[in-house]
Amino acid sequence: MSGAAGSSAVSGALSRERLRAGATIVSASVVPVILAFFVGGLIIAILGRNPFSFYGDMIQRGLLDSNGLQESIIRMAPLLLIAAGLIVAFKAGLWNLGADGQFLLAAAFAAGLAPSLVGSIGVAPTLIAMLVLAAIVGAAWTLVPALLRAKYGVNEIITTLMMSFIGIGLANLLVKGPFQTDVGGVARTDTLQVEDRLPDLFGTRIHSGIIIALAAIIAVHVVMTRTSLGLRLQILGANMPGAVHAGLKPAKLIVVAFLVSGAMIGLAGAVEILGVTGSFRVDFNPAWGLLVIPLVFLARLNALASIGFVALFSVVQIGGETASREADISSDFLLALFGLVLLFMAITEYLRQRRGSTAYLPSQGAAPGPAEPEPDEPDPSGPLAPQEGAR
Amino acid sequence: MTDVFSDTFLTALIAGGLLAAMPLLFAGLGELVSEQAGVLNVGLEGMMLVGAYAGFVVALETGSTWLGLGAGLVGGLLTAVLMAVLCVRMNLDQIVIGVAIVLIAEGLTSLLHGAQYGESRPNLDNPPTLDLPLLKEIPVLGESLFSQHPIVYIGFIFAFVVHWFLRRTSLGLSIRAAGEQPAALDASGVSVVRIRTFGVLFAGALAGIGGGYLATIGAGTFTPFMTQGAGFIAIVIAMLARGRAPLTIVGALLFGMSLSIATALQLIGVDIPTDYVQMLPFLTVIVVLLLFARRSVLPAALALPYVRGER
Repeated sequence: MSGAAGSSAVSGALSRERLRAGATIVSASVVPVILAFFVGGLIIAILGRNPFSFYGDMIQRGLLDSNGLQESIIRMAPLLLIAAGLIVAFKAGLWNLGADGQFLLAAAFAAGLAPSLVGSIGVAPTLIAMLVLAAIVGAAWTLVPALLRAKYGVNEIITTLMMSFIGIGLANLLVKGPFQTDVGGVARTDTLQVEDRLPDLFGTRIHSGIIIALAAIIAVHVVMTRTSLGLRLQILGANMPGAVHAGLKPAKLIVVAFLVSGAMIGLAGAVEILGVTGSFRVDFNPAWGLLVIPLVFLARLNALASIGFVALFSVVQIGGETASREADISSDFLLALFGLVLLFMAITEYLRQRRGSTAYLPSQGAAPGPAEPEPDEPDPSGPLAPQEGAR
Repeated sequence: MTDVFSDTFLTALIAGGLLAAMPLLFAGLGELVSEQAGVLNVGLEGMMLVGAYAGFVVALETGSTWLGLGAGLVGGLLTAVLMAVLCVRMNLDQIVIGVAIVLIAEGLTSLLHGAQYGESRPNLDNPPTLDLPLLKEIPVLGESLFSQHPIVYIGFIFAFVVHWFLRRTSLGLSIRAAGEQPAALDASGVSVVRIRTFGVLFAGALAGIGGGYLATIGAGTFTPFMTQGAGFIAIVIAMLARGRAPLTIVGALLFGMSLSIATALQLIGVDIPTDYVQMLPFLTVIVVLLLFARRSVLPAALALPYVRGER
């Protein structure tokens, strides 16, 4: 009897502890958002606009209005896929900052090939083929940074950014060249007819891309938390030399993480084309790559938690566009708002850490380190040195 | 093909290349010092944008290019204070804060520009140039090389000053130590925090001048997002220079020329899509990295916060 009572007391304490941990995570995520919106409100007030009506418009249009809500959910699909891709890379300690290039190049291929393919092989096979192709294109575009990092320890921040700029240029070249439509006007690809796009759900305008995105993010969550591959990637991200000592093969893991990351981001490009735009206009670039970074950090690189932040961001973006128009200010204000969120999140984290809580941000992510140290090149300032430098 | 080397082409290529290279040179030099001190300044793009906006506003109000450049310096410096406090004092993640600074700067400068000048979209007068006597008379090159705003000459000289400063002064030695072995620097009684703060502020000030140049001399106006990734290119230039300041001149000119070659080619009637040309500098970097990957050496403690006594 007493034993049962004891165990229930223990489990009670455990669940209370869990609850408290959960509450900390929520407060640590919500506080920065509130602070950022407060400072953002001050900026709006300084510009002589009413912050309450701005945020009111934002919520009204992005969440409460039926059309706006549908738009917000539609916007979530590509953002979730980008978030899934970034989480895989960041968890492995790899800074894939080239999401825009991977996204646009995959989108260009999907938009360029889908309209002509529909006629020859039918709608469903086309959609599936385009999704697969986009994933391959996105993954392929990470190959150079992945190999350079895996083999020579070349800092992936530079290489992914460079490949991103090249990818954006190449996407535009494709759209102005082989993929360009015969119809005049602005250079763009042929348009995929509305009935040939990703099917809508339950009589709404929301296309099924959101299902793909949710499946992807749940898959990432399961792989990262429940499989040995996920564990190995996390070890890689936590401690690269440690991973070598643990007998892992960092070079292979780096390439795998990059390929998966690129594939997810490529999928995002296809989903946006096949579900929303139907065509790739020249200079199309929503630049979501940088914007999703704050979201995945807010979510502590937890894939499931990122769904909530992506939803919040979509509402802010969709609602914010209308609100900015109403208030007659530039919608680029939303960039600053999310920069502020990121800033306050880092500060909140600092304060929490000083009180002894554990960190969640990937440590030493930027430190370039080779996967396989080469014993024949004893270079004291070489890429393995970062860890020594901290001593 | 002979007209590829015609006067028009060369003048346009060199003048345009210089114009595009200067912001990269200044920002790259700043980033180089910051990286040598062990701080990867991802927020460079944001500091350039703030510098560009501050420079534009002041140059517009006062009519002075010099005051505009000074305002750019101050704008970049103030943005860097944020980075210094958060990343050096509080040891927060340099990349997260860097991205945050870029986003905030992009958003705020665009917002302010829209609110203040969205309707009028004013342009600045052409800045005065300093003609170097005799040199300017050199055929073809003279006009484009030696009839520039004085800040251009200052920029080139400054690259060598920075080199001398890093290699030959005690503060320069401390900066390099802060990037390679911060613990050793700390043990020798020099504050790592102070040295790294200096590095970050130096980078911010120079990025601000670069941005100010872009707005007051380069474009003669401010447009939202006008840096177009120049801050990120400057980071790459600094990394490729591997601590040798004069190499930033080469990098900046290489990128600047490949940005201006499209315009130059169009002037002589060769019409190639600008997309090809705009990809060139990035392709060059990738090729350079592929060829010289093994030799890329970065400061050992780059992007690592220094915590005293931590192993």
